[in-house]
Amino acid sequence: MNILVLVKQSFDTEEKIVLQDGVISEEGVNFIINPYDEYAIEEGIKLREEHGGEVTVITVGPEHSENALRTALAMGADKAVLVDSEDLNFDEYSTAKILAAVIKEREFDIILGGNVAVDYASGQVGPRLAEELDIPQVTAITKLDINGSEAIIERDVEGDKEVIQVALPVLLTTQQGLNEPRYPSLPGIMKAKKKPIERLELSDLDIEHDVEGKTVVTETFFSQKKGAGRILNGDIKDQVSELTALLRSEAKVI
Amino acid sequence: MRKVLVLIEAKEGKVRGVSLEVLTAAQRIAGGGEIIAVAMGSDATHYAHLLGIHGANKVYIVSNEELDVYTTDAYAQVFGQILDQVAPEAILMPHSAMGKDLAPRIAARFGLGLVSDVIDVQIENEEVIFTRPIYSGKAFEKKKVVSGIPFATVRPNNIQVKEYKATVEIVRFYSEMKDLRTIVKEVVRKTTTGVDLSEAKVVISGGRGVKSSEGFKPLQELANVLGGAVGASRGACDADFCDYSLQIGQTGKVVTPDLYIACGISGAIQHLAGMSNSKVVIAINKDPEAPIFQIADYGIVGDLFEVVPLLTEELKKVLVNS
Repeated sequence: MNILVLVKQSFDTEEKIVLQDGVISEEGVNFIINPYDEYAIEEGIKLREEHGGEVTVITVGPEHSENALRTALAMGADKAVLVDSEDLNFDEYSTAKILAAVIKEREFDIILGGNVAVDYASGQVGPRLAEELDIPQVTAITKLDINGSEAIIERDVEGDKEVIQVALPVLLTTQQGLNEPRYPSLPGIMKAKKKPIERLELSDLDIEHDVEGKTVVTETFFSQKKGAGRILNGDIKDQVSELTALLRSEAKVI
Repeated sequence: MRKVLVLIEAKEGKVRGVSLEVLTAAQRIAGGGEIIAVAMGSDATHYAHLLGIHGANKVYIVSNEELDVYTTDAYAQVFGQILDQVAPEAILMPHSAMGKDLAPRIAARFGLGLVSDVIDVQIENEEVIFTRPIYSGKAFEKKKVVSGIPFATVRPNNIQVKEYKATVEIVRFYSEMKDLRTIVKEVVRKTTTGVDLSEAKVVISGGRGVKSSEGFKPLQELANVLGGAVGASRGACDADFCDYSLQIGQTGKVVTPDLYIACGISGAIQHLAGMSNSKVVIAINKDPEAPIFQIADYGIVGDLFEVVPLLTEELKKVLVNS
């Protein structure tokens, strides 16, 4: 089974966001694999353990995305592809076009990716890529069973569960609850150093003119900070009465 | 003036609140232009009138039974056919499970840009400017589509719904769907109360301090009084006090209710990411040092098992008298 896993490197979720000249600063930031993509990597490795085959992780990003690929390789992926995206006006349209160009050249049975990234959180690239490749998609999956050329999938629909049947090849986006991603082991980390990372530039893909973003960011800003809240005092009963009154007269929410 | 195409979402035969928000956002973009709503499924006829009240000039009704349960292929085919026929100058959809799945697929099919998860839509110098949270609400960005037509998905609970006086024209649209590649075998409803967490105006949320699944009972009672929904922190889900479908946070749901009551939740960054844009936040926690108090509008330092039932009783009195 040929398994492709899409990953994105993102800010550590604990990082503070700092604006420098109106742009989010990457200075001193700790990068991680987007947590939703970790579910995709883990599921890919589990599929290979069960059905055999190969797991290839693919990212489109700047040079330091290599660290995310190394981590995925240390978890157990076999190969990696890094498409350099430096200095270009990219958006989700562009990323999907690039991934499609990379993947069209390859054989695959299943493509996995996080259902959303914790940084820009648009969740577009998976479904866009499925459309570019003309394959079906199932988003936000929480369970996956593969039987020959068919998959039975559970997906999370705003808290409800849907059971879906689909034939391979298919693109799946992963949701929390699917699995518990493993930590890279020490031998895994050592092995990862020798695993191949293929590096591609846009010029290798012959799509340079077709990937200009369709959207632009005009401004990045912080919301106005709320004033410090009020901690109520006194007997609990009185506090509750005061709170109820405040909700009506001041906050006007009841 | 722009002709705007919007996708309406209904649940169990009722139009979802976010669909009306999408119509209000469409009014701003249309600037007097035509608004065309697409309603799919066999119940669609019943709510076409309501869409008119909220600004739709035309409602395309596609009442095939295959559309009663959402599937990517069926919806993409039908919406794509209507898009071709209507040739809109902007498109809006709800940022719901359906919109998240469908909008990027449509955008790719038609070579369009898409701005996902927007919380505001404004016209500046005749351009459509979308505002959206990034980094789990730690910052925001304004975005516009520079090539092709504006296309966005709208996050629930952020746009004040307005009514408009419009006469609505019904268009029955017949569609043949083919090669549907995914089959929905079963839908399991796990959400217990009628109130959808992501659209609830009031959310009562429990953390580790709730101590057990039993401990959620007083929270549910409070939610019932306020017509709200119950949510949970990751800690409470990890400890198996409740189902992950209730989880609010970075890896769970993002909610923006009018009132958020955090009970026994410390306020880890992971949780704040899912609720910090709520309009009014109340924190109830034994630990006065809990970070949740730093973002709360009102805080009570105390045992939730004492405070929550008192609050429920007090609110019952107040709400009955009003």
